[in-house]
Amino acid sequence: MKLNTDNHIITIEHLSHAFGGKTVLEDINLTIRKGEFVTILGPSGCGKTTLIRLIAGFLKASEGKISIAGEDMTQTPPHLRPVNTVFQKYALFPHLNVFNNIAFGLQLKKLPQDEIKKKVMQVLKIVTMTDYEERDVDTLSGGQQQRVAIARAIVNEPKVLLLDEPLAALDLKMRKDMQLEIKAMQKKLGISFLYVTHDQEEALTLSDTIVVMSEGVIQQTGTPTEIYNEPSNSFVADFIGESNILNGIMIRDNLVEFAGHQVECVDKGFEPNEPVDVVLRPEDIYIFEMSDAAQFSGLVTSSIFKGVHYEMMVTTPEGYEIIIQDYHCFEAGRTVGLRIKPFDIHVMKKERHCNAFEGSIWDSSHVRFLGHNFKCNDDHGFAAGTKVKVQVDFNNVILQDNEEDGMLGGVVSFILYKGNHYHLTVLTPENEHLFVDSHDIWDDGDQIGISISPESIRIEKL
Amino acid sequence: MHRRILLFIGRRRNWSIPYVLYLSFFVLVPLLLVVLYAFTSETGGFSLENFRKFLMHPEAMNILIYSIGVAMITTLLCLLLGYPAAYLLSRMETRKARLLVILFILPMWINFLIRTLATVALFGFLRLPLGEGALMFGMVYNFLPFMIYPIYNSLQKTDPNLIEAAQDLGANPRQVFFRTILPLSFPGIASGIIMVFMPVISTFAIAELLTINNIKLFGTTLQENIYNGMWNFGAALALVMLLLVGLTSLLNSGGSVKAAEEGGLI
Repeated sequence: MKLNTDNHIITIEHLSHAFGGKTVLEDINLTIRKGEFVTILGPSGCGKTTLIRLIAGFLKASEGKISIAGEDMTQTPPHLRPVNTVFQKYALFPHLNVFNNIAFGLQLKKLPQDEIKKKVMQVLKIVTMTDYEERDVDTLSGGQQQRVAIARAIVNEPKVLLLDEPLAALDLKMRKDMQLEIKAMQKKLGISFLYVTHDQEEALTLSDTIVVMSEGVIQQTGTPTEIYNEPSNSFVADFIGESNILNGIMIRDNLVEFAGHQVECVDKGFEPNEPVDVVLRPEDIYIFEMSDAAQFSGLVTSSIFKGVHYEMMVTTPEGYEIIIQDYHCFEAGRTVGLRIKPFDIHVMKKERHCNAFEGSIWDSSHVRFLGHNFKCNDDHGFAAGTKVKVQVDFNNVILQDNEEDGMLGGVVSFILYKGNHYHLTVLTPENEHLFVDSHDIWDDGDQIGISISPESIRIEKL
Repeated sequence: MHRRILLFIGRRRNWSIPYVLYLSFFVLVPLLLVVLYAFTSETGGFSLENFRKFLMHPEAMNILIYSIGVAMITTLLCLLLGYPAAYLLSRMETRKARLLVILFILPMWINFLIRTLATVALFGFLRLPLGEGALMFGMVYNFLPFMIYPIYNSLQKTDPNLIEAAQDLGANPRQVFFRTILPLSFPGIASGIIMVFMPVISTFAIAELLTINNIKLFGTTLQENIYNGMWNFGAALALVMLLLVGLTSLLNSGGSVKAAEEGGLI
């Protein structure tokens, strides 16, 4: 155990950060080992940049502790932290040439001139930018500027190199090349890299460990294969790679029902008949001419060539759409059979089964939650002012096109396709999450109206 | 006929005609006249008499050197007072800073003669003597906003990422200032210097009013000569001044037009 903690270069404990009354990060716990390549992966606004800025010292933590190389550095100003950052927009000094940009940190340390020169030349070689030392930084291309930015950081031999979406501004081809170079560089230098990105492919390519974040919370930490094969919830499953995520019921150990069929699987430890999420990776589903071996039948509705494989959409007679990737093409209109091997079915516990809010009784026929007084059935039998638990099923929330038509407004913040319906996360004006099952197509960021009928509101004692 | 007028107006290059006329009549022709007068003697005909007179005349020469001195000190004082002000403004919340910048610039909405007369009255009220001290005060008071504004502009445009990058590389707050913020604001400083130094050399009203005409600046000499009908000598002096002003703007930060642009001058 002792040995293990010695190996930790960064330890983050119960770190929280709030900005303008809004929680950006909540209870983050994370350790980074010596020489490890850790990627923080998440959609924009998930708090990943905030986390890296807290580690660099540009932001002050509201709560929690950050230790770097065994020392508590939560309150240490950035210039005294043994980390260096590669900024998203490079942030090279326009008044200095390449050499002086890279030498910036060394000059501050008052190193002798010849040593500075030697070190700068060394890193220029590492980033394959030899002979560029006299150039003005604004004469360099994006990729070259990025290399200089990396050189400027690693020349200081930081304990950890922080990279904030360093490749986001480069084109695809350049990005792919730089990914490989960054990985090679990290192996060669042996320092820990903490890499922030929203690109799941980049994360899978580069990392020893991936930290998936959403809404300021760590969703899962694991190796790329763990994250890909064993996503811990539907967010991770949807975010990493393509996947079919369907509602299912765990009949008993090793038997799960989804899309209207009972199928053998290898998961156990669930309650009998527990509702679950089932994840099927498109490449794990076998597709063939309809035969007895099929567990599911279906009609191919579209087939697209993707370079190496074909991506086909199959609709089952029960009305579920399933994405399948295969090297063989089955044209649209053909009837096919599908089969999934037990260990290719990944069953996840559902995070929630219905919406649950804390609310209070307003009067005999109204209950207040989400900052609004909702009409409810008048047989609840609670006195006005009583704190109660309010439950609403996902499919009982009505969404309207016009914000004004709803009892309250909201913004669609996350969409998950469940094969035959969408599972939406709606952000209410009071920043609470409302989960909705809908057959209509909505877009991320849509302003919508929310209504809930009195019969759909279940009230229980808290 | 009607069609032809429309066609004429429709061609975009024709839109520049009024400006070309304006520039020719009010800038180009007068400048040529200045040059012509400067190289003409009282009796007419080409001569270098006016320049010889200026070079041989110790008084005019002394006044020029004194004026350059006043301009340099004014510029320096404006820079020393203006930079911290601009720096503080740039660190403020944009809304507050805008209001304060307007307050700094507000006096410029009043004619500078009225401002200077008010300064004279203020000195009288406070029983302070008019003279060299009052002159310096008046100069700095009048030209300070010209220094603050371009510096504020360039400081405000500084990418906050660069400051963070400097911190990240180990610079303490003092080092961050001297190694990034200050060098990055050089364009603003350059513009500020040009905008203060050039007008101070040529101004005469401030000196006249604040020293009760006891101290003469180069602008005063120039104005007096012209006023007294010494057109040729006056034109020669004007040409000397023009040359000087041109030189300053060229010398400034290695004659970088880009710097002046970034500082918000052009």
